[in-house]
Amino acid sequence: MPAGFDPSRRLPDFFANPGTSSFTQFLSLNAPELLPGRRPLPPGYSADLAPHATTVVSIVCAGGVVMAGDRRATAGNLIASRDIEKVHPADPYSLVGMAGTAGVGIELIKLFQVELEHYEKIEGAMLSLDGKANRLAALVRNNLGAAMQGLAVVPIFAGVDLAATDPTKVGRIFSFDVAGGLYEETGYDGIGSGSLFAKSALKKRYRTGLSVDEAVTLGVEALYDAADDDTATGGPDLTRKIYPVVMSATTEGTRRHTDEEVGAIAEAVVARRMENIGG
Amino acid sequence: MAMQFYASPEQIMRDRSEHARKGISRGRSAVVLTYEGGVLFVAENLTSLRKVSEIYDRIGFAAVGRYNEFENLRRAGVRKADLDGYSYDRRDVTGRAIANAYAHALGAIFTEQVKAYEVEICVAEVGATAEADEIYRITYDGSVQDEPGVMAMGGQAEAISGALKEAHRVDLSLGEAVRLAVKALGSVGGEGGQPRTLGAGQLEVAVLDRRRTGRTFRRITGVALTSLLTEAAPAEEETDVTESPSEPPPAQERKAPTQSAGSDDLEILDDIDEAEGESKE
Repeated sequence: MPAGFDPSRRLPDFFANPGTSSFTQFLSLNAPELLPGRRPLPPGYSADLAPHATTVVSIVCAGGVVMAGDRRATAGNLIASRDIEKVHPADPYSLVGMAGTAGVGIELIKLFQVELEHYEKIEGAMLSLDGKANRLAALVRNNLGAAMQGLAVVPIFAGVDLAATDPTKVGRIFSFDVAGGLYEETGYDGIGSGSLFAKSALKKRYRTGLSVDEAVTLGVEALYDAADDDTATGGPDLTRKIYPVVMSATTEGTRRHTDEEVGAIAEAVVARRMENIGG
Repeated sequence: MAMQFYASPEQIMRDRSEHARKGISRGRSAVVLTYEGGVLFVAENLTSLRKVSEIYDRIGFAAVGRYNEFENLRRAGVRKADLDGYSYDRRDVTGRAIANAYAHALGAIFTEQVKAYEVEICVAEVGATAEADEIYRITYDGSVQDEPGVMAMGGQAEAISGALKEAHRVDLSLGEAVRLAVKALGSVGGEGGQPRTLGAGQLEVAVLDRRRTGRTFRRITGVALTSLLTEAAPAEEETDVTESPSEPPPAQERKAPTQSAGSDDLEILDDIDEAEGESKE
């Protein structure tokens, strides 16, 4: 049991030590083996080792943000998964998505979720949106060694700034680079291999003040465009009924749009493309 | 040459016990009880320093005594719970494991350190039914008791728990349970043995809501608390009694204004759980 209670009568260290409010810092002291980026890797470049997750887009809308991710993970020329989920709630007011080495990304998101919840429980208050983004940047930074050996993962973070006084600045999007660089984006952003095409689509169609539903449609369209030109991005799978994962965060909280809702939008997008292939 | 004084181990333990007991009985009390919708924590607390908090999805914590000591224990409990949930699964974090960890820690402190902790703590886990709720009392010397549905600690705990146990039923509504707890807390400490009336400003109230999934802990403050305290507000009583387990809590409770951003979020966790899907469960 990691950092557990040893059978001696000695007081476990983390009972005696007041410590910090960060779960990651706590792990680094008491159970460093659980932290990604602390594991020794054999030398060499291992990019082809594990499945890769691809495209996620995020769009600012009125009163919040929308994030959508396709469902494909690839291993070289093969499809490793048709129904992977790359978009998750980070906490009740923010969303996080990932692209890159799928296993590392899922672990990163899980750690980030516990990090935010842990802080909130210890301190009795939530981190600010910028505070959350900074914590995520620190987690990405810790993975730099693995990233240089091919196990790179890049998240995208978006959420509601509860302290915002300007209603147009409630929804905010943050992007990251593999070195842990943190950049705030305006309007929309995308990550992953198909993001080049998805962002081109968004550049032409995005405008400020979209409603949540309009932003959802826009996200699904952008993912369609990405899948059109990038083999590693999966389009809506109408035969298997596998649709993009779409979540929104508003001041009311985060919500995953149901498969029925997203399915209807995806089918409408496909139907429009039957008429006009470029959308 | 200085004389070495001999003190028998019995004497040392007795002195430590007496010291801890005195410290605990000086403070204000807290009660924990089950009701039909979950587990209720009510503490008499005039400050913004918390006596009742969240440990994990279905586990809550209440403490009386010296603040810095039980705050330290609370943080350690949150760490242990989050660590276990992260290493295994969220469902593998149990109230009993947390209670055992506290018993171990308090036992070690009691026997090995010069000064025993002047605290008494309660770890409660809400179950699927009122019978499955678990309430553990952990005392300053590390002993653990599994309490049957209701407990009082701190201050004149004996007198309070007498009044509580008599009137407690597992099918109490939230309003009935709050009023019972507040009446029991107010039954002692008045001038000339008279009962006191406690207002919303003197209370810290929280529940582990049986019907929620994910994080079940939420605080009840402000208007929601005042209306629960108001004796037999007919509308509220009706809603509580007729409410079926599948229905969400009454609208008035769901909109309860909360003090911290932290507990504010819990109001919307139902939606999140749907959204989280398999990622966390």
